[in-house]
Amino acid sequence: MNGIALKILLGDRAKYIGLIFGIAFSTMLMSNQISIFTGLMLRTAHQILDAREADIWVMDPRVEYVDEIEPMTDTQLGRVRGVEGVDWAVPFFKGLTVAHTRDGILQQVILLGVDDATLTGVTPRLVLGSVENLKLPDAMIIDRAGFQFMWPGEEPGLGKEMELNDHRAVIVGISDASAPFTTYPVVYTKYSSARDYVGRMRKQMSFVLVHGRSGVDTHVLAQRINAETGLKALTWRDFMLATIGYYVRRTGIPVNFGITVALGFIVGAAVVGQTFYIFVIENLRQFGALKAMGVANGTILRMVLLQAMVVAGIGYAIGIGLCAAFFEITSRASSNLRGFELPWQVAAGTACAVLVIIVVASLASLRKVMVVDPAIVFRG
Amino acid sequence: MAVRCRGITKSFPAGAGVVEVLHGIDFDVPAGELTMLVGPSGCGKTTLISIIAGFLGTTTGEVETCGRPITRMSDGEKVAFRRSNIGFIFQQYNLLPALNAAENAAVPLVAAGMPMVRAAGAAAGVLERIGMGAHLDKLPNQLSGGQQQRVAIARALVHAPRLIVCDEPTAALDAESGRSVLEILKDAALAPDRAVIIVTHDSRIYCFADRIAAMEDGRIRTVRTAPFAHLSEVA
Repeated sequence: MNGIALKILLGDRAKYIGLIFGIAFSTMLMSNQISIFTGLMLRTAHQILDAREADIWVMDPRVEYVDEIEPMTDTQLGRVRGVEGVDWAVPFFKGLTVAHTRDGILQQVILLGVDDATLTGVTPRLVLGSVENLKLPDAMIIDRAGFQFMWPGEEPGLGKEMELNDHRAVIVGISDASAPFTTYPVVYTKYSSARDYVGRMRKQMSFVLVHGRSGVDTHVLAQRINAETGLKALTWRDFMLATIGYYVRRTGIPVNFGITVALGFIVGAAVVGQTFYIFVIENLRQFGALKAMGVANGTILRMVLLQAMVVAGIGYAIGIGLCAAFFEITSRASSNLRGFELPWQVAAGTACAVLVIIVVASLASLRKVMVVDPAIVFRG
Repeated sequence: MAVRCRGITKSFPAGAGVVEVLHGIDFDVPAGELTMLVGPSGCGKTTLISIIAGFLGTTTGEVETCGRPITRMSDGEKVAFRRSNIGFIFQQYNLLPALNAAENAAVPLVAAGMPMVRAAGAAAGVLERIGMGAHLDKLPNQLSGGQQQRVAIARALVHAPRLIVCDEPTAALDAESGRSVLEILKDAALAPDRAVIIVTHDSRIYCFADRIAAMEDGRIRTVRTAPFAHLSEVA
């Protein structure tokens, strides 16, 4: 009877296309918006994600997320290094400053200062140059999108100069750093240079990046650092979640995206539910005839569910394909849109939402089919 | 006997009370005969065939269909019983619009578990027997009303049921098509071990009946057997 169910479905071309469109639209809207939302949220934690050699981030206890800097004195670094289980600990500077080029372009940049000796914290994804070049005088590494901000229309290249707070800086590397929440250029330099660029102060160290000894549990080590130094110590994952959580709690971003996603779900459920309901109601007499001829309720239930699943499967495939294509095209169109992609978790979550939509849409129709009196066929 | 009804009453809830639409019906349909059930609208014809086919239960009384006590069967048993033993022909044909003539006629075999290709082959044989061999691949909307009803006849015959129940099979057809459908029905459907019941208002087809039961107000008033001297009396 499955073949008959599919022929009934395909026979009503207009509703079949309408159902697929409804599911595809809903899938596209939900997966697209959730992906952009997750992309935005991951952007808030881009520095944490790019400095993955560090197991633990140590900061002033008042810091709630990565963009909130409460500078510490450099002596705190020594205290952290003294905690049992710490393999290495290095300073990390994070701040904003203004850069300008010889062409007169003025641009605020995210300045990241990494340990002079080890250069720990620089993104390993370099497009041009090498991380080691950062040890050269006045050296800096800028991200590709940032380069295009500073020198629009030029191919990324090394040796370009710009000024940071009246200090000369030379580009020795082009990185593919994760996109930041704001679209400012991301500039890596040595910790000592970063302090010069923003002006030396007594407290300037933003974070201490820590790597634990082999075999030491990072959560336990973080608690130990916290207990022994009074500083806040979080594993990179906890710090990333805390940063994302801050933006989720303190901004209207989730509400905006949540509304759109909810609309996608509701509109999808309404369009698909209504169309599927009408489709089933219009075929009610046929289902009644099948029941009269001895087709069991269970078989008819499977027929309707098969129709629903086929529509859901095709609609989902089209919708998720469109979403993936959208991110592929937009990421190529502008480097500012890099990092927005369709995570598999979103694709899987959307599939579950579509399943819920189609089940909800089928339920009302199924009830009608289950209770239809086969004697309906005797009514002219 | 294909159908034996004894003392059937049937009541339906209506507001606070109940309305009895069948009042103690005794009715037999012999095998090998075409029996017509006639009477004015609302007299209980459809209720009676719904009970005989197992769509409805009785309030009191017993029905044996093809020798089986259908009123005592569970819903699942009734479904399985109908699938094997009863063929239906409806006033509105009720063909599936997305299936061609052969596939439509094959539905009872597919419902019984036969693959569609084999079932459609068997159905094509039945359609050829009733003069529809040239229309096997046509969809219902490409067929005339008479041709659609012939496909419905093929569908009712394809699984060789022992009882065929027809509800106003000629109501949507012109006189010539109606006569043609009845000729086919009488030739192809009737067999010594198979009975046909037709519920109809159409006095033009009474002449095809072996037996006519006239109903009125939920009761069988008369049962006459062929030859009929005055068909108008029956009506």
